[in-house]
Amino acid sequence: MLAHTLQSIAQRAADTKLSRRGFLLAAAATTTGLAVGFRPASADTAAKAAVSPFESYVEIAKDGSVTVLSSQFDMGQGAYHGLATLVVEELGVGWDRVSVQGAYGNAALYGNLAWGGAAQGTGGSTSMVSSWQRYRQAGAAAREMLKAAAAEAWNVPASEITVSEGNLSHAGSGHSADIGDFAEAAASQPVPAEVALKDPSDWTQIGNPDLRRYDRVGKTRGEQDFTLDVRLPGMLTAVMIHPPKFGATVASFDAAEAKQSPGVVDVVAIPRGVAVVGQDMWSALKARDLVTVEWDESQAETRGTDEILSEYRALADQAPAAMARNDGDVATALANADKVLEASFEFPFLAHAAMEPLNAVARMNEDGTLEIWGGHQLPDLYQYLAAVTADIDPQKVRLHIMKSGGGFGRRAVADGDVVVESVAIAKAIGWQAPVKVQWTRENDMRGGRYRPAYVHKLRAGLDADGKLIAYEDHIVGQSIVKGTPFESALVHNGVDHTSVEGASNLPYQVPNLSVGLTTTDVKVPVLWWRSVGSTQNAYAGEVFIDEVAEAAGADPVEFRLGLLTDKPRHAEVLRLAAEKAGWGKPLPEGRHHGVAVHESFASFVAQVAEVSVDGGDIRVHRVVCAVDCGTAINPDTIRAQIEGGIGFGLGAIMSEEITMTGGEVDQGNFDSYEPLRIDAMPEVEVHIVQSDAPPTGVGEPGVPPIGPAVANAVFRATGRRLRMLPFRKGMTA
Amino acid sequence: MIKFTLNGAEQTLDVDPDMPLLWALRDHAGLTGTKFGCGLAQCGACTVHVDGYPTRSCQTFVGDVEGASVTTIEGVGSDKVAATVQTVWAEMDVPQCGYCQSGQIMSAVSLLSETPKPTDEDIDGAMWGNLCRCATYQRIRAAIHEAARRLEA
Repeated sequence: MLAHTLQSIAQRAADTKLSRRGFLLAAAATTTGLAVGFRPASADTAAKAAVSPFESYVEIAKDGSVTVLSSQFDMGQGAYHGLATLVVEELGVGWDRVSVQGAYGNAALYGNLAWGGAAQGTGGSTSMVSSWQRYRQAGAAAREMLKAAAAEAWNVPASEITVSEGNLSHAGSGHSADIGDFAEAAASQPVPAEVALKDPSDWTQIGNPDLRRYDRVGKTRGEQDFTLDVRLPGMLTAVMIHPPKFGATVASFDAAEAKQSPGVVDVVAIPRGVAVVGQDMWSALKARDLVTVEWDESQAETRGTDEILSEYRALADQAPAAMARNDGDVATALANADKVLEASFEFPFLAHAAMEPLNAVARMNEDGTLEIWGGHQLPDLYQYLAAVTADIDPQKVRLHIMKSGGGFGRRAVADGDVVVESVAIAKAIGWQAPVKVQWTRENDMRGGRYRPAYVHKLRAGLDADGKLIAYEDHIVGQSIVKGTPFESALVHNGVDHTSVEGASNLPYQVPNLSVGLTTTDVKVPVLWWRSVGSTQNAYAGEVFIDEVAEAAGADPVEFRLGLLTDKPRHAEVLRLAAEKAGWGKPLPEGRHHGVAVHESFASFVAQVAEVSVDGGDIRVHRVVCAVDCGTAINPDTIRAQIEGGIGFGLGAIMSEEITMTGGEVDQGNFDSYEPLRIDAMPEVEVHIVQSDAPPTGVGEPGVPPIGPAVANAVFRATGRRLRMLPFRKGMTA
Repeated sequence: MIKFTLNGAEQTLDVDPDMPLLWALRDHAGLTGTKFGCGLAQCGACTVHVDGYPTRSCQTFVGDVEGASVTTIEGVGSDKVAATVQTVWAEMDVPQCGYCQSGQIMSAVSLLSETPKPTDEDIDGAMWGNLCRCATYQRIRAAIHEAARRLEA
């Protein structure tokens, strides 16, 4: 997904012998709005080799408080805590003095290294991949500079000074001081070219299962501020009226009555709809109902999901438009197979539906700077888009990176979305006051940017011995990046990587294997949704391989292991989950096991679900999960992310679905779009593989296996394969 | 003018009586710990206590709390049950993004105040209306059981 986008951009930079860091965002106004692209900058913008930790990653105040400046955005996954853990480990301070702030504005310092460092951003479960060396080195460099400053003052060798719990001490001379006392002197010390990182055997923070998140207490007392909670002097609140169909625009509107409503300041049209601006949320909301808008629907999507999906079904029967993988000769192998299996799968559009509906706050200051508070997941891009919208220099845009109430991909949007709205509205009212634009749940649910709907058609061929000799997957659906600035970097030979990830890298040994893609043209805006292509590709692949195992008369775990002999990390998590779940051992009456294993974002996850089915009701009692994410930095956070990923994925496969009728979204709130609630949450048991490999992410990889694991258990309970999602539809279809 | 007791102190607000209590608390009383999630009493993020009962403030007119006692996440901690719930919640690292947790805690405090030793079914019943998209449900359940154990001791 985004990772690969920016990786590709970085690769392009390397190919053209330009600095990987030397890419700046460029934008141009077009007739349809903003088009944003990346252009190479001159090589002299590349950063110098050694960066002072105090100018970039860590601030130490005179009172000894430590602020970690995070390149990674925290939407609840714990990125801030993860980065702080790395700094705390190397610096040698207690958690009571640590806080974390979002940083931005310098790709050389904050560019995501998992994406080649080309731009700052959070996504693809890369926060620890990008930060593992960078933030440990920053903590260690800060420690060494503090020691050097103290050594000068005390006239002792720096090597004899130790740092512990924020105290510098020298045993020989008896000197000791708080790091705050040397904060200023340390910052002017030379930056060490190389610093030794702690040996893993000396770690007290990394891998510590008892460590709890630094921000936990505030979050239990209502003290954690989100963008929703930003209050500024004179701030106005805006609510949006968006077009009812995707692609429609405002033709005209009548706000005469609304403008008479108490507390209403103005009603303005911006390119994305009509904004009602009030003194507070209620005055804006109340007046919104009084506005009438005529929409120009000449360019709008008018099809419903029934029409869209039936078109996809027809396309799935034809040859793919492009090939993502083509090993051996699938057609010949299928023709020669002893047994051929065929299956089609259907996946709906899904909403992220984070608990905090989208919002942003914009304030133009008298000095010409523009401040924007928001869940800035792609800060470089948003800074640029805001500048273009406001018609000012990007350097004059200041971002306040707020933690967000969930995200799941929704706050990483190529066109800036609600961030651009906040600026456009503030500008449309003549910059008279700061403006918070706050979407309602209905704005959020009907605002598009969905996980794309897909149809898969799969075929598999077995020889007379039950050996899998051919496997074919044809994926039909929209591209996430087509028409965005990421297209040229991410789409190759007609294949959008985000459409096929999790399918084109099928881990099983099959001599003849093809994965084809037909990208559809639909005007519903789509986006990465927690685990992206793997959300649906893992489901189709892992349910189908279970069918193949059944046809081969083999045990689902043994069959998979037999095809994973060159994939040790897949095999290990699969064996571990099966062992811990008691795979193959008797279960209570009416309970059945199903299994799935999947790699996403370089982490490996296997899950065994224990399920019962009563009529049409599927109940998931227990999920045993094994995860290999390399070095486990925060075991409790890993557990939390896997537990949450399972709940997130389970809700989706059970009952979540965005449908459209005549181009209009049918769901508006949580009465019709139904995420998992507490009564359906299974008991989740997480086993983390011990590893000294570099860390990989856990925000997303817990999601993909749960759907197929449950579906495979339902098959064992009922003999039915659930090929249409969500299950509530699949069980009645 | 609407008068009510807010977190133990007298509060007077000069607002439209039809304004949802949620927005009166957030925009006029300056208490932002209570969150907006759906506006339709579907998600529970806005849960407060009105005269001790868990109430969705997004579907309660501020005019209807005239004379009542309203407690929000900012004020609930003086209660022994709530203090225990908040402590256990933090120890067990329940929150992820944390956005829904004010509402979760207000619902959990009500449950434990009424039902000191809740069963899993009691928890399902009391907490069903509180959505968590991070799906912290397993820890919410465990934290409620643990708080019950400590309060009994």
